[in-house]
Amino acid sequence: MLVLGFFYLPIAMLFAQSFNAAKFGGQWTGFSLRWYDELWRREDIHQAAWNTLLIATISTTASVVLGVLAAWCIHRFRTRAQRIHYGLVYAPLVVPDILMGLSLLFLFINIGLSLSLTTIIIAHTTFCMSYVALVMLGRLQDFDESMIEAARDLGANWPTIIRRILLPLLGPGLAAGALLAFTLSIDDFVITFLVSGPGNTTLPVQIFSMMRRSSPQVINALSVIFMTVTFILVILSQRLTRPQS
Amino acid sequence: MGAFIELQNITKRFGDATVVDDISLTLNKGEVFSLLGPSGSGKTTLLRILAGFIAPDAGRVLVNGEDITAMPPNQRPVNTVFQNYALFPHLTIRENIGFGLSVAKTPIDRVAEKVDEMLELVQMQEHAHKRPAQISGGQKQRVAIARALINKPQLLLLDEPLAALDLKLRQRLLIELEKIHAEVGGTFLYVTHDQGEAMSLGDRIAVMHEGGFCQIGQPAEVYEAPQTRFVAEFVGDTNLIDATCVEVENERNLGLSTTELGHIEHDLDSSRRAGGVFLANKAINLQPGDKAVLSLRPERLALRREPPPFAEEQNTVRGVIEDLSYQGSQTYYHVRVGERLLAVSKQHRRFLPHYTPISMHEDVWLSWFSNDGHLIITSRDQS
Repeated sequence: MLVLGFFYLPIAMLFAQSFNAAKFGGQWTGFSLRWYDELWRREDIHQAAWNTLLIATISTTASVVLGVLAAWCIHRFRTRAQRIHYGLVYAPLVVPDILMGLSLLFLFINIGLSLSLTTIIIAHTTFCMSYVALVMLGRLQDFDESMIEAARDLGANWPTIIRRILLPLLGPGLAAGALLAFTLSIDDFVITFLVSGPGNTTLPVQIFSMMRRSSPQVINALSVIFMTVTFILVILSQRLTRPQS
Repeated sequence: MGAFIELQNITKRFGDATVVDDISLTLNKGEVFSLLGPSGSGKTTLLRILAGFIAPDAGRVLVNGEDITAMPPNQRPVNTVFQNYALFPHLTIRENIGFGLSVAKTPIDRVAEKVDEMLELVQMQEHAHKRPAQISGGQKQRVAIARALINKPQLLLLDEPLAALDLKLRQRLLIELEKIHAEVGGTFLYVTHDQGEAMSLGDRIAVMHEGGFCQIGQPAEVYEAPQTRFVAEFVGDTNLIDATCVEVENERNLGLSTTELGHIEHDLDSSRRAGGVFLANKAINLQPGDKAVLSLRPERLALRREPPPFAEEQNTVRGVIEDLSYQGSQTYYHVRVGERLLAVSKQHRRFLPHYTPISMHEDVWLSWFSNDGHLIITSRDQS
């Protein structure tokens, strides 16, 4: 209870405050949707939201492709090289974001890539890929490869095997990995902050910059929407990773 | 259903190791053929070559005269029952069994009809709508068999299908498998390391060792007349005794000498020879000087407290019980004879309360007739 309270009390506060009519959240002056209405009219926030979704979609797609390939290689070939590969895939999960962000920033500067949406997408793909690979690796370890042999033995060709065996068995893991990647991408602040060029903000970066300039209540409203979306995605991905009974 | 299958000079190497070494074999139409061998003998590799999962480095596989060596597994008229069942966990039993037909774009009502037949064949009707995780190991194996048979394969491969099941269930499924074969016919290749399964199911057995066949024959032939030392030891328990042929005694018997069993008595005049000479059936042609191994099954040795009654062509030795294990239907003894420990099994003809069984450290007599043992020639006399 205490742990839950500790964790959810601030969120509940934020949630309540976003419906407070008062300009500064000190005291409750009545229920209002005015901050949501204001949010609706802010062009810069729309642009940031659009950027966030665009970046998340592209980097999720890229990281799913790369992550699945990495997981397949690690799972299939148990050589020394693949053990090192596993370590390298695992590393981005434990390296502090600030270090990853900085190293990516130096890389982009050194190869002369100007900071833009592209650099953000590359950066997001880098760390999302690791998560996708690890989720898929877990799924592959549960996957019995004799399923493929059995299906071939019974006359199935590769398209049929993919459609009737691989997708039903590995699809949920794939979707879970993709959702996780998507969530991480829209949530990321530190790395995005470092590698985003001027004018290419995402929602987390936008919120951060708004904290200094605009009404805290608009931020509250934005945060509530943002959090709800993230929350739904996380629940969805958890559902998909749950083992089938 | 059912075809003759021909393997011609199949060889498969993995790296430096030759796993299957120039094997040729013909399976008759409708026969159940057991491939028996220890793990690592190459039997699973051979099975996977037949299924099409592995391409041989040399040799051909023919079904009804048609070369299928290069044919991918999904086009072969061959189906497999996998050791771990390999049922599809996301499909029901019904969908699992129907998989082979539905993949072949069979009309739905036809699939349903055939699946019903198969469900009945393996008596799984009431489990049709369950998923593999909800049924027992024995039931999974039945489903795996039904799933493999629905395509009416020319050849059904069974890869140690009962290995994961307990003894009682294994025995029951063996009988069921025989019934299924009698009902559907077809050629079965049954791969196992269990000699009991191989012998009870197979019309013929091939004993495989280090990538090659040691012996192919009917179960009784392989058990009673092993052609190599390995076969004698691997198929059943046996005592192997190294000996040298010393004399052709008469038209039926050979005299062989061995240093392993100490003094041996038999009905023919033994005063001419020193030490251990025993009589053996002249089933194989040995000349004096040839070396051979006598395979003497534990159940062929008669164990008594008193000397056996006189009989012709009987060999007798004396020994001491060094070890015994009571197993209900029989007692298994280790008897010290000369420098050897001989394994002897004895069935109990009377109820235990009414007699005192032979026990540890007792002096005993062991006897066997000249045709109770089987000779395996090891080397011809060069002189």
